[in-house]
Parts: sequence; structure tokens; C-alpha cells
Amino acid sequence: MTRDRFPRGKSAIVGAATYGMGEAPGMSSMDLAVSASVKALSQVGLKPSEVDGLFIGLPDDFLSGLTFAEYLGIQPRITENNRTGGSAFLTHAMWAALAIESGQCDVALIAYGSNQRTASGGLVSAMRPSSYEAPYKLSRPVGAYALATSRYMHEYGLKREQLGEVALAARQWAQLNPDAFMRDPLSMEDYLKSRMVSDPICVRDCCLVTDGAAAVVMVSARRAKDLVARPVYLLGAAAATDHRDITSMPDLTTTAAVHSGARAFAQAGVKPSDIDVVELYDAFTINTLLFLEDLGFCKKGEGGAFVEGGRIAPGGQLAVNTNGGGLSCVHPGMYGLFTMVEATQQLMGLAGQRQVQDAKLALAHGNGGELSSQATLVLGIEETL
Amino acid sequence: MTDIRPEQAYFAHLAQGKFMLQRSSSSGRFFFYPRVAEPRTGAQDLEWVEASGRGTVYATTVVRVKPPQPPYNVVLVDLEEGPRIMSRVEGIAPELVRIGMKVKARIGTQDEKSILLFDVADDEEAVA
Repeated sequence: MTRDRFPRGKSAIVGAATYGMGEAPGMSSMDLAVSASVKALSQVGLKPSEVDGLFIGLPDDFLSGLTFAEYLGIQPRITENNRTGGSAFLTHAMWAALAIESGQCDVALIAYGSNQRTASGGLVSAMRPSSYEAPYKLSRPVGAYALATSRYMHEYGLKREQLGEVALAARQWAQLNPDAFMRDPLSMEDYLKSRMVSDPICVRDCCLVTDGAAAVVMVSARRAKDLVARPVYLLGAAAATDHRDITSMPDLTTTAAVHSGARAFAQAGVKPSDIDVVELYDAFTINTLLFLEDLGFCKKGEGGAFVEGGRIAPGGQLAVNTNGGGLSCVHPGMYGLFTMVEATQQLMGLAGQRQVQDAKLALAHGNGGELSSQATLVLGIEETL
Repeated sequence: MTDIRPEQAYFAHLAQGKFMLQRSSSSGRFFFYPRVAEPRTGAQDLEWVEASGRGTVYATTVVRVKPPQPPYNVVLVDLEEGPRIMSRVEGIAPELVRIGMKVKARIGTQDEKSILLFDVADDEEAVA
């Protein structure tokens, strides 16, 4: 394989915003994505017309790149509409970094929005089961993650209480975030009593179904310093894919994050123990455990023990999903971009009550499909360059 | 070379009461779902071989639908020939299906179409 020459620290996030978190009745997915975008651009005094690299993928618009450009009357040099599920936006950041470095674009905007909660009351997904699997009526995606959880429990003796720790930690972080959708207290007893959806996954193992939008603005590292006091540099970015349907996943207890993570860390020249803030795509509680393991924060099979005793909750040893995650903050169909916004806000020191002190390095990790597509970003402030 | 029409051929076999798998005759490897080329190698020297029907439950879940509809089971089965396949184990309560359980394929009918299902294998019951 050719040597990886990712342009470490050559591009930076200068703006990051969310919009319509939770419920945004009367707005379309595109209205929401545009609202978040205008907000993120205005943070650094940029206008939509200055965006020449557009990266987007909406759940209900196959040609959303074209629609977005039309909506704001812009003519980007790059219009990227890649679809790897919820991880798409982290791969967008990877491509944006390469495009900025090579002069293909100067201002990259990554955008997402969905009105799935108020428009349909359910998950909006473009995924259709194959003819080989449709007759078995697996409830998707939850059933796929339930199959993975069942296998993990079988191989590593994971207890439901350990999954519960993930849900409780997410809720405690959400309680520190005024934008989070679910902020009521959640006890282990509540968790254990909650309704089974697809064994062994219960309601509290599942992400929310909300509306919401996010946007991130990226420019060259050189330009970033003129726009913002504390740019968030992209130090490493890598993606990996190994299947679509859960049936074709080689090993249900190990994701391709093993590969995306190892490459992103190598590009950044840092290791998991250097990371101050970890934002993982927690569509289901098992995700958090799998990604902590696969990205190297603990060994395979030790994720359940790792999260015990509130270790990833506020005040714990490792700050994970500090906005409350997909479990308690927001999950409008695809969550990936929200991991980037939260990592950015933490590194910029803008995270309010949930701010992780002296956060210098953050990891954002996206997942798509049924543990299918993985993308990892390592982000850092100026002194990490 | 004759065109391979993977999905048509698979379901036509199933309708005839046969559970067939594809295999590359050069590599000898089986794969599922049916394709026009072998994964990784791209080999197209594919043949249909009747599956043994023997397998082991790799992962399992019970889908809890809104009552009064009863919950049902969905499994991933590792076939003796190698491939993994999604299906349902019938004949026992859905929550009693265990990972590692030996199962045997059977072709049933659902919505007037042939469907591949599994029962607990005879030797498994002997163990239980």
C-alpha cells in the first residue's frame, strides 16, 4: 500500500453549529441543514456564496448536494454527496482536508439536517433489506445491533448493567447540555426495567429519534488563524468499510474502526491515551463499547468493565460523548456530524457546563449502516500541531 | 459463458425444495448471498451445490412487536459450508434459541413464497 500522506494539521474547523435540536416542527430537512450552515458560517463572518466545497447527505433527498446549492444560490467547485450512512460526514472531513490542501476548494462546508421526528415520527432511512433477508422481518437497524450485542455477550460475558452504564453516562452528560433532548434522570433500575425492543436491546440501549441539524466549516490552517482565535486542526482522518448488512460482518464483535482508528492515530502521531475528549457514534449502547475497544482505549472484551463505576460519565476518567450522544442528546437519523461539532466546541472551550478542562486533543468517530462503515477523526488545538 | 442470474436462480431452487449455495469451482469456497462473481477474487467459475442444511447459531435476537402479535426470533446461522445466513429457528420459543445451538435447514412457506427456515437439529436435542 502507498504511504499515507494525509495533510496533518493543514486544514482546520473554524465554525461548528447545530440547529433545531430535538423538535423543529414545520421545517424541512433542507431548511434545518441550511439554518445550521448559515449559523456556522456567520460565526466566522463568511457568507454562503464563499463556500466552494460543499459536502452534504440528507436522509430524504438523494441529490441533496444539488438542492442545497440551489437553495442558497451557490456554485461550489466541489459538490460531494457521499453516502456511507451516519459516518459520511467524517469522511467528508477527510476529503475536505485533501481538497483544501490541493487547492480544489478554499471554504468547505459540511452540512446535515433531518426533520424525521416531527415529519414522520420515525426513523427515515434509505436502507432497504435484501430479498434474502426481508422475509425474516428483522427490525432494522435495531435488530442488527441486537444480533451484535448477543454475540458480544456470548463471547465476553457482557452484563446488561454494563450496557446500562453507557446509557447512564450519556444521560448524565446530557443533563449538562441545555441542547440535549432527554435530560430527565435515568437510574440503573429505570434502565433495567425499560421495555425490550429486540433482545438483548431495550429502549434505553437505543438512540433517540429527533430532528436536528449540524454544520461544520473548514478552511486551510493558514486562513483559519485569521478567522478564529482557536482553530481546531484536523490531525488525522481515515475511513474503513467492510459490509452493509450485519450478516456479512466478518466478526460481530469487532468493527472496521480497528482500521480507521489505527490509521487516523498514525497520521496524527498520537495514541488513545493522549486523547482528552472522545465523541463516538452511539446509535446503540453496544457501539460505545465496541468503539472504545476497536479504537484502542481498552482491550477487546474489556469494554464492559471499562465503563463501570461511571468512568465515562461526567467526573470520570475519560470524557466520552460529552453532549449526551445519540442516546440522550440528538439523533436525527444520521449522527456523525454531531460528533464533530461537539469535539470542536470542546476544543474551542465553548462547551459550557460540560466543558472538559484543558481539552487539547479530541477524537470523533462515525459509524454507518449496521456497524458497516467507520470513520475516525483526530482533532487538536494549535499546540498539538 | 452463461449469464448468472443469482437471485432468480436461488429462489427458483428454493421453490423446487432445494437450498442451493454457490461455490467457485477453482477456489472451492462457498459464499452467500448469491452473486455473479466470487467475493475478493472476482472468479466467475461458479456452480450451484445443494447445501447440507447443517449449521450453528452464531447470533440471535427476539423481535418484540406490538402485542397481540407474538414475538419472533431472528438468527444468524453459520452454515457447515462456511457462509453465514440470516433466518429464523422455529419449533421452540424464540427466547430459547441459543448461540452455539446446532440447527438444520428446512424449506417452509411464508406469504405464499418458499422461505428457508431452521429447526433445532436432532443431535442438539439429544444434548439438551
